[in-house]
Amino acid sequence: MTRRRFVQSASKGSTAMNASAAIKGNAWVFGDHVDTDVIIPATYLVTSDPAQLALHCMEGAGPGFIDKISPGDIIVAGENFGCGSSREHAPIAIKGAGISCVLADSFARIFFRNAVNIGLPVFEVAGIGKGVADGDSLEILPDSRKVRNLTKGAEFDYEPYPDFLNEIISAGGLIQWVRKKG
Amino acid sequence: MGMTITEKIIAAHCGAQSVCPGQYVLAECDLMMGHDVTAPPAIKVFEQIGRPRVSDPDRLVLVNDHFVPNRDVASAEQAKAMREFAAAQGVKKYFEVGRSGVCHVLLPEKGLVAPGDLVIGADSHTCTYGALGAFSTGVGSTDLAAAWATGKMWMKVPPTIRFEYSGKMPEWVYGKDLILETIGRIGVEGARYKAMEFCGETVKDLTIYDRFTMANMAIEAGGKNGIFEPDEKVREFLAGRGGREGAYLASDPDAGYESTVRVDVSDLQPVVACPSLPENTKPVSELSGVEIDQVVIGSCTNGWLDDLRLAARVLKGKKAAPRVRLIIIPATQGIWKAAMKEGLFDIFADAGAAVSTPTCGPCLGGHMGILAAGEVAVSTTNRNFVGRMGHPQSQVYLANPAVAAASAIAGRIAHPANA
Repeated sequence: MTRRRFVQSASKGSTAMNASAAIKGNAWVFGDHVDTDVIIPATYLVTSDPAQLALHCMEGAGPGFIDKISPGDIIVAGENFGCGSSREHAPIAIKGAGISCVLADSFARIFFRNAVNIGLPVFEVAGIGKGVADGDSLEILPDSRKVRNLTKGAEFDYEPYPDFLNEIISAGGLIQWVRKKG
Repeated sequence: MGMTITEKIIAAHCGAQSVCPGQYVLAECDLMMGHDVTAPPAIKVFEQIGRPRVSDPDRLVLVNDHFVPNRDVASAEQAKAMREFAAAQGVKKYFEVGRSGVCHVLLPEKGLVAPGDLVIGADSHTCTYGALGAFSTGVGSTDLAAAWATGKMWMKVPPTIRFEYSGKMPEWVYGKDLILETIGRIGVEGARYKAMEFCGETVKDLTIYDRFTMANMAIEAGGKNGIFEPDEKVREFLAGRGGREGAYLASDPDAGYESTVRVDVSDLQPVVACPSLPENTKPVSELSGVEIDQVVIGSCTNGWLDDLRLAARVLKGKKAAPRVRLIIIPATQGIWKAAMKEGLFDIFADAGAAVSTPTCGPCLGGHMGILAAGEVAVSTTNRNFVGRMGHPQSQVYLANPAVAAASAIAGRIAHPANA
């Protein structure tokens, strides 16, 4: 795997999740109950700049995650990803690091809301945590609601977002949705 | 079918006669809280929304509590951003260092939350106010900013799990032990997305402070909110605080619950959550060999005056073990002053404790008591995740204030009866 540093420009605002575009990338696999202190330790919460936070993304699970990943890589986890604090810095750090999306068996609720609100694609995919290994090549096909493990040839189905969330997502995030509502 | 108290509060805040689990609603918020870590990003988002004014400055609460007194330039810049925003928007419920405290103790102390309220806060432990019979839940900074702009937040009505506690509370067992025992049974995602309703004969006898501790940790089971039916103890607590009257609601007898969990507390002993999840619970007696380096007594979970009195009861006339750093943090300025007047600081100082000004500080590994690699702490806080209080190779055991105080004296995890 190439070791390349990629940090999203701090000036970029939240971007829309394109509901129908396919996402392809290599997997970085974590276990159950990955908490927000692991995703971004609290001592770094003195900024909300994506580029700054990205430098410490997943630091609680070991140093140097940002140096190992490539743009577009995918975080895969088991149950309850993002449990713990309400810090929006957690999805901001992940998005800032250039991770394209997070797939997990389930998400903690505040993290899920925050990810949607800042435009980090997150998908709840049953069985994904145990069905993927580090470095596997994954493809997410929103139209058919499938995740393909291209390395292992396995396929996972996932439930679509409810209409209410799709409205926020297609507006480009919560800010845009609020603006639209007037 | 009837409604639970959670459903009743949500219905009352979205103009509906009734709501049911799974329904999406746009709810009016009575209070919208942010602090020095989460408000600054919310302010940035609010500026992007492009509205010059917040919908109602009287419903905003801004609290300096996490990295205060500011530990470095970056945290001082964040506090400054919040201070300037509060002034520009005319937010009167802005709490400055020296007149502030840990938000989830401060808001009830100031009488800002009333029963029946719907409260959001950009802090996961916002669920604390359920002890007063309010629906309150943690959100992120973008949700908070949108609510500042509109006064409302979208949410999904959660299903409710009913937790029924029975039996008399044994000595040295408190609200902390009940909630740790509960999380140990259902797991850290046992109530994910759900309302946790705490009830039963035992609960009626619990102090309001025990209830605050329990509601506070609903999030550690993944809960959206934790709630108690408000009663006379809530009235007594709120009397003289100058708050609103609120609505004393109760679940209907035919309300729908997703499930019921029954806990008989009669034979419970103090419960300790071992590293690195709050669900890793054990009775204190099974951990008596664990040597420790630091004890922290305080936080939004156990930083009330009652908690400090309990610690003082154990520490009186005793000394912390030479190997232990004992850090005691009253949760608010009001509690700090009351504890000082009562003479608790003398007891703490004589025991060799460092007594701090109110701050969240070490609970989240911010400052005022960070752990080095390999160090072990007993803490009355709410999370023992990897690296929560410092180095990723440090360890945190969660316990009630009596166990924490007894452990400080012993230099290892100890039952307060043996202190």
